[in-house]
Amino acid sequence: MKIKVTVNGQLYERDVLEHKTLLRFLREDLGLTGTKEGCGMGECGACTVFFNGKVMNSCMILAVEADGATIDTIEGESRGPSLTDIQKAMEKNNSVQCGFCTPGMVMSIKELLQNKAKPSIPEIKEAIEGNFCRCTGYVQIIEAVLDVTGRSKEKGELKHV
Amino acid sequence: MFDTVKTSDLSHVGKNGHREDTIEKLTGEAMYVSDMLLPGMLHAQLKKSPHARAKIVKIDYSKAAALPGVRAIVTGDELDYRLGLYVVDKRILARGEVRHFGEAVVAVAADTAEQARAAVDAIEVEYEVLPPVLHHMDALKDDAPLVHPELGSYDYMAAAFTPKPGTNIANHTKLRKGDVDKAFAESEWIIEREYSCPSVQHVPMETHVAIVQWGKGDKVNIWSSAQSPFTVRNLFCHAFGLSHSQVRVQVPYVGGGFGGKAGIGIEPLCAVLSRKAGGRPVKFQASREEEFSLLPCRSALTYRIKTGVSATGKIVAQHMTMYWDSGAYADYAVNVTRASGFSASGPYEIPNAWLDAYTIYTNKPYGTAYRGFGHVEFHWAVERHMELVAQAIGMDPFVFRLKNALRPGSLTMTGEEITEHTGNVIKCLEEAAKAICYGNLTDEEKARQKKTGWKIGKGVAALQKAPAMPPFTATSVVLKMNEDGSVLVNLALTDYGQGTYTSVRQIVAERLGFPLEKIKVAFESDTDRDPYDWQTVASKGLLLSGNAAILAAEDLIKNAYAVAGEILHCNVCDLGHDGDKIFIKHHPKKSVSFASMAVGHALPNGNGVGGPLIGVGRYIAQGLSNLNKEDGQGNPAIDWTYGAHGIIVEVCEETGEFHVLKIASVYDVGRAIHPEIVRGQAIGGMLQGLGTAICEGYIYDQQGRLLNPSFTDNKIPTAKDLPLEIECFVVETPQVDGPYGARGVGEHSMISVAPALGNAIQKATGAEIMHMPMRFEDVWRALRHKDPIDNWITKSPIGSCRSAPEARPNG
Repeated sequence: MKIKVTVNGQLYERDVLEHKTLLRFLREDLGLTGTKEGCGMGECGACTVFFNGKVMNSCMILAVEADGATIDTIEGESRGPSLTDIQKAMEKNNSVQCGFCTPGMVMSIKELLQNKAKPSIPEIKEAIEGNFCRCTGYVQIIEAVLDVTGRSKEKGELKHV
Repeated sequence: MFDTVKTSDLSHVGKNGHREDTIEKLTGEAMYVSDMLLPGMLHAQLKKSPHARAKIVKIDYSKAAALPGVRAIVTGDELDYRLGLYVVDKRILARGEVRHFGEAVVAVAADTAEQARAAVDAIEVEYEVLPPVLHHMDALKDDAPLVHPELGSYDYMAAAFTPKPGTNIANHTKLRKGDVDKAFAESEWIIEREYSCPSVQHVPMETHVAIVQWGKGDKVNIWSSAQSPFTVRNLFCHAFGLSHSQVRVQVPYVGGGFGGKAGIGIEPLCAVLSRKAGGRPVKFQASREEEFSLLPCRSALTYRIKTGVSATGKIVAQHMTMYWDSGAYADYAVNVTRASGFSASGPYEIPNAWLDAYTIYTNKPYGTAYRGFGHVEFHWAVERHMELVAQAIGMDPFVFRLKNALRPGSLTMTGEEITEHTGNVIKCLEEAAKAICYGNLTDEEKARQKKTGWKIGKGVAALQKAPAMPPFTATSVVLKMNEDGSVLVNLALTDYGQGTYTSVRQIVAERLGFPLEKIKVAFESDTDRDPYDWQTVASKGLLLSGNAAILAAEDLIKNAYAVAGEILHCNVCDLGHDGDKIFIKHHPKKSVSFASMAVGHALPNGNGVGGPLIGVGRYIAQGLSNLNKEDGQGNPAIDWTYGAHGIIVEVCEETGEFHVLKIASVYDVGRAIHPEIVRGQAIGGMLQGLGTAICEGYIYDQQGRLLNPSFTDNKIPTAKDLPLEIECFVVETPQVDGPYGARGVGEHSMISVAPALGNAIQKATGAEIMHMPMRFEDVWRALRHKDPIDNWITKSPIGSCRSAPEARPNG
């Protein structure tokens, strides 16, 4: 089936199989491999993208459902040489370990900050609850959000005793 | 090395420098094997066993072979190879018999994954179902079916392991110290209890994935999400009888490992498909369900401890029996048993000790290394036991721990003497206790307790772990100077998120006296281009590779000085350097830049001197020995990292629900090379440890089918599961032979979280929990003195899980 879909501001027209997920369409047909597959069952959030302005698990959407839609993926962030403010804060706050959950995490944080300029810690936790991370224990990710919203003082640190 | 230099006198070590791998990971540019496509690449899918134990009567793949796009089908019958690091007991595909639910039976490679899946569906396998042996304690019974009747014919590392042919015991580790019988006879108290925990999945966010191309002339190229490229190569060559020069393993970015990607995994499977498909590259990526049931997990444990205590509260004797459930294959699990055996008492002095640790085969998915290498599981037992023993003898558990903790002059169970440089577990315990105001409730906590009606309790637990590795484990680092005087670091230790490369970079910059920006650690590992490293496991990476990096830096400087002496016509001993140049110390203006010597120096007349500047560093573990197989005595530990966790919990006695209000962690890391990375390891491991403590675990039905191989039914902690407050501390007792005094801490953060929580719950409510995880219903039952529900092998034929095989619409 033919679909027209705008990804990161660029219009693509492609023939896709009806059962192909949006995730696989992005990764395999468009080569946008920044969006990851962690479970394929809508549980882990590694495949989080913006679908018509809202974050969704792209493994739970068929590519044909994206006909006419606007999709934003991690590749659409930080166009040009520098990182976005969220990415910079995550870099600064050691928020990345293996990095496999990171693109999805960036998208969820972006949506959070679009809706709320200064989210509380429980609100940050709620926003990234659907993004599993096995490495970091989330704290340094949460601290990046605090940092980018001007609350770096709430950050913890390693104490030497 | 350089263990006594103060952190304030160092330029890079001890500072929070930039992490080199972050930008590509934040932008999605970092390429993992799961992102890779090669020209002509085929996709593999597997036909897996629906039974825990069955004879394979017949495999018919004629229909599958005729389907479009199918390029190769392989069964176990045509693969006469065995794989394994310590006990060579695993085949690439099941042959003759399947030994666990989810085991690979037939493999298909096709042009697309859909075609491969359709072919798998068209394969018919006829089984004769056999009664499985599921519980490891049942597997020890005389009439238990043998999981490996041919165990006696397997190769194994005889210096370290003792399989028992004719039984389900893959290894028996013994430790004997002192006179246990006499000491028990003289004990004032004897307390005996049993503790247990189920199998658990590592859950790397990137499932296992490999691409293999078996080219003409038997040249094999492997790209894998592996922790240990050289061990993959070595075991691969042994299995297939290939020369090491014929096989190349490359490891790009890896989406988490936690031990599950140590050793060898799915690479041989892709290789035999590629060979059969005429050399086209074949990719296999495990689905999340396959990650649970096809790939290895953490072994379950039953641990029985009997402790004799003197009238003054000193432990005088301990009898310990560990029953480790390795599942269907024990290759790696035997070493978990061995390493747990020599550390089995935790960081306490046991003058008279008797230990038997068994690795037991069952018909379940198989066990392997998992962050902590057995220590998460047995510290659950040891640190709950310390609590219960203290309670039984009427002593405060914290005081009881301090009284028995290892200190300078103590002998470990293997007879190693603890010195003042070994690390300080007592300080770790004290700081953890202090951080949670152990022993009493603050006014705020009292008010909270009054308001909510939930009981607040506090618990501590200590931990220890040394790297579990062959005593001669070695590594190497090569530094190559680029044309502009910057330096490239090559090493085959892999960095799958833990941040070791960042620390190695700091160490190289520190020793060279260069700015950090001039040092790059090449991220992808490649057995054809990188110098050898054994494996990225055991929290040994920073210590061994950090030392090799120091030696490589010294070698590079020595080589550069030799050239500079020639150019400047002076004695090498009169030279000094900064980040750009080498100069004569008493005539600093007489200098030569590193850049002008980096790839060979041209004298004014055009004569060349020197050559490309390279530094080589090799480091091998020092002073370690094989343990005596009869009494376990010897020196297995290059370094002991000690630590402790303190937890505050509030519990609802009516429902068994609880919240973790605070966790404090303290580790004696020797020196924190990069404090934020240490903190990242501390928190990440703590939450993984909390997952093990509160919710994770494999559940089987009575036929041995795994009922919860998904995130729907087997949750891992999310951001909402975080404790309200987390505090991370380090003690820094320098490791004399560690790089700048550092020792490893990658695994330790996961250890002893569970017992600290169990102890806190007991303190709050009196609930005695002996099995982890501690789900709310387990707390509720313990509070009512009901036996725990042993639903890890559920009594009902169909479990309550939505993904139970019978409950699935398409079988």
